[in-house]
Amino acid sequence: MGKWSLRVAALGYLTLILVAPLAMMVWRTAEDLDGAWAAISAPDTVAAFKLTLTVTAIAVVVNTVFGIICGLVIVRGNIPGRGFLNAFVDLPLSLSPVIVGFSLIALYGINGWFGWFQRNGYEIIFATPSIVLATIFVTLPFVAREVVPTLREIGTEQEQAAQTLGASGWQTFWRITLPSIRWAVVYGVVLTAARAIGEYGAVALVSGNIVGETQTATLRVEDAYQFAYGNYAPAYGISFVLAATAIVVLVLMILLQPKESRR
Amino acid sequence: MTTFLMVVVVLPIAAIVWKSTGNGWSGFWDVVSSPQAVAALELTMVVSTLAVLTTAVFGTIIAWVLVRDDFTGKSVVNAIIDLPFALPTIVAGLVIMALYGPRTPIDVTIGSFHFDANVTFTRGAIYVALLFVTLPFVVRTVQPVLIELDEELEDASKSLGATNFATFRRVVLPGILPGILSGVAMAFARAVGEIGAIVLIAGNLPFKTEVASIHLFYRIEQDPEGSAAIAVVLLLISFTVLLGIGALRWLVTRHERG
Repeated sequence: MGKWSLRVAALGYLTLILVAPLAMMVWRTAEDLDGAWAAISAPDTVAAFKLTLTVTAIAVVVNTVFGIICGLVIVRGNIPGRGFLNAFVDLPLSLSPVIVGFSLIALYGINGWFGWFQRNGYEIIFATPSIVLATIFVTLPFVAREVVPTLREIGTEQEQAAQTLGASGWQTFWRITLPSIRWAVVYGVVLTAARAIGEYGAVALVSGNIVGETQTATLRVEDAYQFAYGNYAPAYGISFVLAATAIVVLVLMILLQPKESRR
Repeated sequence: MTTFLMVVVVLPIAAIVWKSTGNGWSGFWDVVSSPQAVAALELTMVVSTLAVLTTAVFGTIIAWVLVRDDFTGKSVVNAIIDLPFALPTIVAGLVIMALYGPRTPIDVTIGSFHFDANVTFTRGAIYVALLFVTLPFVVRTVQPVLIELDEELEDASKSLGATNFATFRRVVLPGILPGILSGVAMAFARAVGEIGAIVLIAGNLPFKTEVASIHLFYRIEQDPEGSAAIAVVLLLISFTVLLGIGALRWLVTRHERG
């Protein structure tokens, strides 16, 4: 096998699996632009996108705070539970989204361990809180995973210097630690946002999928497809918006990629 | 922190495991040995294995081309590899459908010979969808290892008369194998649990195109205890495979630890 045949194999495979299907999807959207736009601008679709963005914002804030603290504990901490944290923080990456959603029902559903809320009118399952919980669950590792190697790399010299000069723990964190890990945090935030916007399986199970209320953008796509009756313009239209968002995410990822992996 | 992780991740999993014991051991066994559940689990294992093997082979080739080869537009190719990570899975399903769906443009009829690329509602659809979502894993784990690997060793091997294949097998492969295995482990965990990319195009026919995650999805409302049993089996499969690949990785990197 020479260089040429490998290049052809690599590019041919990418074309068949990735590029051609994507181009075809754009083409299908373009076939019926009016239909696509009508679906995108429909009030229920707008509501779905608003819900997705709200949930994404909450998940990003929670998991950024968690990810930074978690990274600090894993790399710098000296407390019991550190090994446990390190071992379990990646767990959501290897779980099926269906299991994630199911586990939330097992916990917060009417017959769940914390079923008290659901039984007493504080709806979690089939309401927005469960969508938020599911999204936080599946996006949990992303910031922590980016922060941990960066913290290891920068070492503790500067932090120690700051502390010898009389800086408090907070001052050291805000002035020294956070600025040096900021790009890792931002990269983790981009990954978190991408996954949060795109989550389907876990959310589909717990949200209740009520149109205009608990239907997220990805659930809206599924709905548009299931009730297409031969007219796929709405499904392709809404998908196109999500795909365009993904491309923006991709460009951000390239611009922000941590330097050590950049070539 | 540990408390947060406990509440958000560990407690829900514990709740599932607890629920799966609701009908006792025999109830658990009845569910996971029922024909439909077994068929779904088998299909998941077989298609995931095939898809991940394909991803491993082509992922390695793509990583090699991206690191050792040079051509115009290489940086663009490198960038689009991550697209399946960024794209919502349900959209991935529609993207696959656009080319490999009922109105596929790949449609040839010559005399009595007919071929079209419409794979919807077949097991082929699941395979293609899994190829799409697992694409980045092996490429992104092999790439950094290959960058570190000295190209001069490959040149030396070739100048000593080794064929390209022998050079790959004896010089390149041992170096990148740990990377491949890491990628394979992540890709397999992803494939076994995938639902979004599959649900629209597979048709989800029991015994034919219903994978385990989708079987679970539709079963939860009617039969929570039984579903919990299937979820536990899926968790066990994932962990066994992750542990197995971890052990394999440990074996092939043994010499580095001395």
